[in-house]
Amino acid sequence: MISRDKMLWMLRKMLEIRRFEEKVDELFKANLMWGTCHLYIGEEATAVGACAAIEEKDYITSTHRGHGHCIAKGGDLNKMMAELLGKETGYCRGRGGSMHIADVESGNLGANGVVGGGIPIATGAALSSKMKKDGRVTLCFFGDGASNQGVFHESLNLASIWKLPVVYICENNQYGMSVPVQKASAVVDIAEKSRAYNIPGEIVDGNDVLSVYAVVKKAVERARKGEGPSLIECKTYRWMGHSKSDANVYRSKEEIKSWKEKCPIRRFEEYLINNRVASEQEIEKIKREVEEYIQKAEEFALKSPEPSIDGISDGVYA
Amino acid sequence: MAQITYIQALRDGIREEMQRDENVFIMGEDVGLYGGAFKVTQGLLDEFGEERVRDTPISEAAIAGLAVGAALTGMRPIAEIMFFDFTTLTMDQIINQAAKIRYMFGGKAKVPMVLRAPMGCGTGAAAQHSQSLVALFAHIPGLKVVMPSTPYDVKGLIKSAIRDDNPVIFAEHKLLYWTKGEVPEGDYIVPLGEADIKRKGKDVTVIAGSIMVPRALEAAGILEKEGIDVEVVDPRTLVPLDEDTIMESVIKTGRVLIVEDDCRNNGWGAEVAARIAGGEAFDYLDAPIMRLAGLDIPIPYNPKLEKKAVPQVEDIVDGIKQVLL
Ligand SMILES: Cc1ncc(C[n+]2csc(CCOP(=O)(O)OP(=O)(O)O)c2C)c(N)n1
Repeated sequence: MISRDKMLWMLRKMLEIRRFEEKVDELFKANLMWGTCHLYIGEEATAVGACAAIEEKDYITSTHRGHGHCIAKGGDLNKMMAELLGKETGYCRGRGGSMHIADVESGNLGANGVVGGGIPIATGAALSSKMKKDGRVTLCFFGDGASNQGVFHESLNLASIWKLPVVYICENNQYGMSVPVQKASAVVDIAEKSRAYNIPGEIVDGNDVLSVYAVVKKAVERARKGEGPSLIECKTYRWMGHSKSDANVYRSKEEIKSWKEKCPIRRFEEYLINNRVASEQEIEKIKREVEEYIQKAEEFALKSPEPSIDGISDGVYA
Repeated sequence: MAQITYIQALRDGIREEMQRDENVFIMGEDVGLYGGAFKVTQGLLDEFGEERVRDTPISEAAIAGLAVGAALTGMRPIAEIMFFDFTTLTMDQIINQAAKIRYMFGGKAKVPMVLRAPMGCGTGAAAQHSQSLVALFAHIPGLKVVMPSTPYDVKGLIKSAIRDDNPVIFAEHKLLYWTKGEVPEGDYIVPLGEADIKRKGKDVTVIAGSIMVPRALEAAGILEKEGIDVEVVDPRTLVPLDEDTIMESVIKTGRVLIVEDDCRNNGWGAEVAARIAGGEAFDYLDAPIMRLAGLDIPIPYNPKLEKKAVPQVEDIVDGIKQVLL
């Protein structure tokens, strides 16, 4: 059974992701934010359910749509917001931005601007855990689109023959930019690709945080016991455009609306209330706390200093 | 003549070549309904259909490799890579296959394909979406490398690239996409291997490519007011390189500044400098050849740092003054 505390942690993290993303969207629209970014709204249950199933010492690799993974792994919203605003106090000292947030200390081995780029890196982290016998597991997040990259296939094959402690988590939000999964992948269920590599493959409702948690937990235990990798496909949906420049011409309003009705957060709140895990008042309180955290992060980031030009070459080499 | 954008000129060039030759087709991520990440292919799906405007999965190595195979067997593919940075995923197919095939096969085969992609920084896309990387390909025998700077050039050069029987790397610059310029209607080409003098001058030669061309022209405009007459030479293609035009200009002015939109270390400017120093222009040089290029760092996200990472108009103005000292 999952403890009440853990469930409330899950709700809090999902709310943090949702509100963080809404704030980022707002800052972009106000022209305060630079570059581009990919919002995770609608997919919160996947990152949170999965990260709830690992320990602090474990690793994750993330994607271009990485804010949710970072928050679920325990990311500090101040540092994230500061990074998105290009500030010296950000996770990457303003050098990385949205697509490159990493916190190696806390086991977040980085978002990635290259679709599929994190998959072999996760596999390598798992190799290192196996060689060092450190008992760590790596969660590797990627999209349905990324599963069509060569590195996906090469990595799963290697992880399987070497029995590496890695869990591949495909966030199937139905599209790689404008291209629907049916037009991009020979199998619509990405989990089926596991068969080619002789590893377990499971499909889970990616909008149901408890289901994601349960399935990932099983795979993590298997990995920790030395039995090798698994592939888990979370079926979900991104509510927003692919990135800030996406006019969303390839999806119907009805489709978007039908997925919004499956909101992972509202659904979990209802579960908590119906099962008397938490009262509405308690949930309201969490929401207020999250709101405050977001406001503080925004203030922190806005008043943080910019990196100095003198340090522009810092960090190229060790 | 109509003023149109670089994107429009590029699209017109592709469209006209597709109309002219049914073997020309385009494939890449989101090139169909979405019209390409930068909208270069917008409308082409309606006109040519899904057979010839093919949305691909996110599989750059395969996109490039399929283009090689299709080109080898009689088609004339245009492969769009969404960002130039991701040409790195195609390296085996482009460098070990496309570039080598004709020679390895004793000259008995050809690979008439174009690999196009937007390069460069200035949009806050950070280190993995901002590189220029043309020098990487210019190093490889068997490839041609093009980097057009104006709407006129991009249309004429894409046509030449598509008609060329070799693999051509076609590097567009993101910041040039929305720039406008005069472009005649209908068919014309700009040959590969012909540099263009974008501005005539007698005091100093600035050799600039891609986005650095408009920046060099702006710098020249500023210096004109101080009585300095700058000549701006745009090589347009790095391979083949038009040495004659460059040499003539340097012989005329005796001073040269090379401006690159990429890191300095082993960049194409070093090659151009070496050719000038090793050629007939050497005796005419009145000052050391100077290079202005990006810093040897990955492109940072923060906008102030990003600006510092590659030459800006002010830097070119300063650079020219230094060559004239
Ligand atoms: C190698 C590479 N190719 C193309 C892109 C451009 N791009 C960024 S995200 C994306 C779609 C990715 O789809 P998916 O893996 O399903 O993740 P999602 O965006 O749906 O979360 C594309 C094509 C990229 N960043 N990297």
